[in-house]
Amino acid sequence: MRAIFRLLLILFSLAPVAAWGAGDVAGAAEGAAQLEAGLLPAPQPTRADYPDIGFSSRAIVWVVAQMHLFFGALVLAVPLFVLAIELVGVRSGDARYDDMAHEFMKISLTAYSITALFGGTLALALFLLYPHLMEYLTRVFGAQMLVYALLFFLESLLLYIYYYGWNAMRYGNRKWVHMSIGLLLNAAGATLMVMANSWATFMMAPSGVNEVGAVVGDIWEVMKGPLWNPINLHRFVANIAFGGAVVGGYAAYKFLAAKTPEQRAHYDWMGYTSNFIAILAFLPLPFAGYWLMAEIYAYSQQMGITAMGGILAWLFIVQAVLIGTILLAGNYYLWSGMSRTEGSRRYQWLIKYIAFVLVVCFLIWVTPHTLILSASEIAALGGSHHHLLGPLGIMPAKNIAVNLMLVFTFLSFQLYRRSDKVATVSWAPAANAFLVMIYLVAIANIIFAGIYYGYFTNTVYKVGSSVMQVVSTLVVIVAGVVIDGLMFRNARILPSRWGQVSNRAQYALFALPVAFTWLMALMGYVRSSVRTHWHVYTVMKDNSPDNFIPTIGYAGNMVTLVTLLFLAFMLFIFWIANLGSVRQEPPR
Amino acid sequence: MSVLGRTIGFSILLTLVFTLVANLLPQMEGEAPREETMDPGELTMDSFVALGESLFRGKGTCTLCHNELGRAPDLLAIDVVQAAEQHLADHRYHGKATDAAGYLHESMVDPGAYVVRGFGKKGSNDTESPMPAVDRPPIQLSELEMDAIIAFLQAKDGNQITVELPAGPSAPAVSGEPGDGMSAAATAEEALVKFGCPACHTLPGSESVVGPVLTDVGARRTPEQIRESIVRPEAEIAEGFSGGVMPGDFATRMTVRELDMIVRFLAEQKG
Repeated sequence: MRAIFRLLLILFSLAPVAAWGAGDVAGAAEGAAQLEAGLLPAPQPTRADYPDIGFSSRAIVWVVAQMHLFFGALVLAVPLFVLAIELVGVRSGDARYDDMAHEFMKISLTAYSITALFGGTLALALFLLYPHLMEYLTRVFGAQMLVYALLFFLESLLLYIYYYGWNAMRYGNRKWVHMSIGLLLNAAGATLMVMANSWATFMMAPSGVNEVGAVVGDIWEVMKGPLWNPINLHRFVANIAFGGAVVGGYAAYKFLAAKTPEQRAHYDWMGYTSNFIAILAFLPLPFAGYWLMAEIYAYSQQMGITAMGGILAWLFIVQAVLIGTILLAGNYYLWSGMSRTEGSRRYQWLIKYIAFVLVVCFLIWVTPHTLILSASEIAALGGSHHHLLGPLGIMPAKNIAVNLMLVFTFLSFQLYRRSDKVATVSWAPAANAFLVMIYLVAIANIIFAGIYYGYFTNTVYKVGSSVMQVVSTLVVIVAGVVIDGLMFRNARILPSRWGQVSNRAQYALFALPVAFTWLMALMGYVRSSVRTHWHVYTVMKDNSPDNFIPTIGYAGNMVTLVTLLFLAFMLFIFWIANLGSVRQEPPR
Repeated sequence: MSVLGRTIGFSILLTLVFTLVANLLPQMEGEAPREETMDPGELTMDSFVALGESLFRGKGTCTLCHNELGRAPDLLAIDVVQAAEQHLADHRYHGKATDAAGYLHESMVDPGAYVVRGFGKKGSNDTESPMPAVDRPPIQLSELEMDAIIAFLQAKDGNQITVELPAGPSAPAVSGEPGDGMSAAATAEEALVKFGCPACHTLPGSESVVGPVLTDVGARRTPEQIRESIVRPEAEIAEGFSGGVMPGDFATRMTVRELDMIVRFLAEQKG
C-alpha cells in the first residue's frame, strides 16, 4: 500500500517534468539549466517584499487557517465514527444506531462545504499575503498539490453518495456496499489529511531539501519528515475527540429543546454516545502528544525547549485549564448519567473520592512554577518560588497529576459502563480484586516514579520516569477494557431510562466542544509558533512584520475570536440541518 | 431565556474564562533576532565580552540547555576553560583542537567531537551530541559571534582571554537581541540599576526597606565581605532580614568588571 502510494505521488510529481522532457528538443544544455533551476534555494524575501494591506497578514491567515482546520477536523472525524456506529447498527440489528449515524452525517455534510470555502479562502490569502513562501512550497511539493485536489473531488463524490444513498442502501447486501463507500470515503479523507499535514510538518522540520532549501529528494522524502507521522497520529485521534464533542453539543441542544419524552430519550442517548466517543478518543491523546514532543526534541532540542521551557511554556498552563475543564465536564456528565439506572447505586459512594482527586490534581496541574513578582511580593513569598507550591509547579508533579486524572477519568467511565450490568460469571469477584490491585499498583507507581525520579535524581531520568507513568496509565485502561469485556459478556442487563438525566448535565456536553475548540486552536498555535522566525525552519526565514511570537494574551484573544466564529458557524449548521425537515403549511 | 440564548450565553462565558486565564499570565513577546551592523574597529575587549554574553543568553540560545536544569553542562556554573582542558586530555576526545579556545570553537561547530558523559543523545552511549552546530541554521552564528562567546566564557571565571579582537571594517555583521538590556554596564551606578539593586536596598538617590540599607555598608563590611554577599547572598543573612529573597545568580549574570565596579562603589559608601 505504501509503495503504491509512493509510486502514485512520484508519478504525479514527475508528470510535468516528463511532459517537458518529451516536448523538448534543445538537448542537454537546456536540460542542465532545468536541473539547475530545480536546485534553486529557498527564497529569502526582505521585509519590503511582503505585501502590506494595512492589516496584520498573520492575523488574517491565522483566522482563516484555523477555521479551515476546525471544519476539516470535523468532516474527517464524523464519517469515521459514523461508519463505526453504522457497523454497530448492522451487528446489533438496532435501527436507532443507523438513524443516529445518518443524523450525524447531516451535520457533516453542511460542514463539508464550509470546509471547502475556508480552504479556498486560505489558499487565496496565502498566495496574496505570503507569495514567496507559497512559491517555494508549490515548488517543493509540485504536483502533490494536484493529487490533493483530485482526492478532494473523490471525497466529495463519495460523501454525497454515502449520505444521499443512505436509505437506498439500507439493508442486506446493499448495506455492505454502502459501508464500503463509507470506508472509501474515510480512506480518501485520511489521505487528504496526511497530505496536508506534510505541508505543515515540512515547514517545521524540512526533509528532502538541502541546507539552503533546494529540493534534492523525491516527493516521498519531502513528505516523510521526522514529524509527519506523530502529527498524523495526533491529528487523527484529536479529530475524533473533537468531532465527538461537537456532535455531543448538538445532541445536548436538541435534548434541551425536546418537546416529547421520546425526543429527550433519543437525544440523551445521542449525547451519551457522542461523549463516549469524545472521551474514549481523548484518553490516549496525551500519549500521542507525548510522542510528538519526543520527536520534536529528537529533531531539534532547541525547538522542543522553545515549546516546553521557553516563551511558549506558559501556554501549557492555559492548556492545563482547558484539559482540566474537559476532564471535569466529561466526568460530571458520566456521574449525572449514572442516574439513568438504579444499578449505579453500587458505585455512587466512589464519586466524591474521584471528584476530590480530580480537583486536587487539576490544581496541581495549573500551579505555575515561576511568577513575575515585584520586590515586595518576593519578600512576602520568601523567594521567587514558594517553598510548598514551587515543587508543585514543575513537570514531575504535573505528570503525576495528569496521569492520575486520566486513571480516575477511566474509573468514572468504567463505573458508568458497569452501572446497568451485573456480571454472571463465577470468577467475577476474583477479576474485580485483580482489577483493584492493578489500579492500586498503577497509582502507587505513578506517584513513586514522579516523586523519586522527578525530585531525587538527575533531570535526565525525569523523561524516563514519565514513560513509566504513562505505561501504568495505559495498563489500567487496557486491563479495564479487557477484563470488563470478558466479565460482562453474558451479563444481566438492568433497565436504563434514557432521557432521565439532568439538564445541567447537558451543559457539561456544551463545555466539551467549547474547551476542545479552544484547546485545538491553542495547541495549533503552539505547534506553528515553535518555528519562531522561520517560515520553513532552518531554510526560509520569516522576515515579515509579524515574525515575532505575540504575547499569550494576544494569542488567547485570537483563539477566542476563532472559537466564537466556529461556534457561530456551527449554530448555522445545526439550524440548516433542522431546516431541511421543516415544511411550511400550504396557505389557506 | 430560550434554550438557544442559554447555550450561547454559557458558551461565550466559558470562552471568556479561558481568555481571562491567557490574559492573566505573564505577557512577553518573542522578538526575532535583528541583524545589526557593528564596526568591529570600535570594539574593546570589554564590549566584545559583553557582546559574547548577550549572544550566549540571546541569539545563541545557549541558556536554553546550558542551565541549572541539567539538560547540558551548566557553563555558567563551571570554569569552562578548566573543563575544556580536562576534555582535551580525555581519551574519548577525537577533535583537532589543541587549546581551550580551539576546543570551545570546535564544540560549537562540531559538538560531537567530544560529548560530556551523561549528556549524549539518548541511546548513543554518549557518542552523539544533541547540540546543534551553532554556525548553521537555525542559530547561524558568525565566526565573530562565536569568538565573542568564547571571550565571554573565558572572562567570566577570570581566565585569560585568548581570542583576538576582530579587526578592520570588513568583518561580518553581528546580530544583537533588540532591547535585551544585557550590554555590560559602564559605571557602578549603571550596574546597580541593571541588576535591580535599588528595588530592595537603600542606595544614594533611592530608598527601599526590603533589604539592608547600603549607604553605609562600606563602614560595616570589608570589600571581600561585600563581594561574598553579592555572589553568595545566603552565606550570611543580615540581622532582621530573611533569607531566600536576594537572587543567588548574580555570580553568573554579572561580568567580572561589573562585579568589581559594584564592590568598589559599595566599599566607598561609609554613611
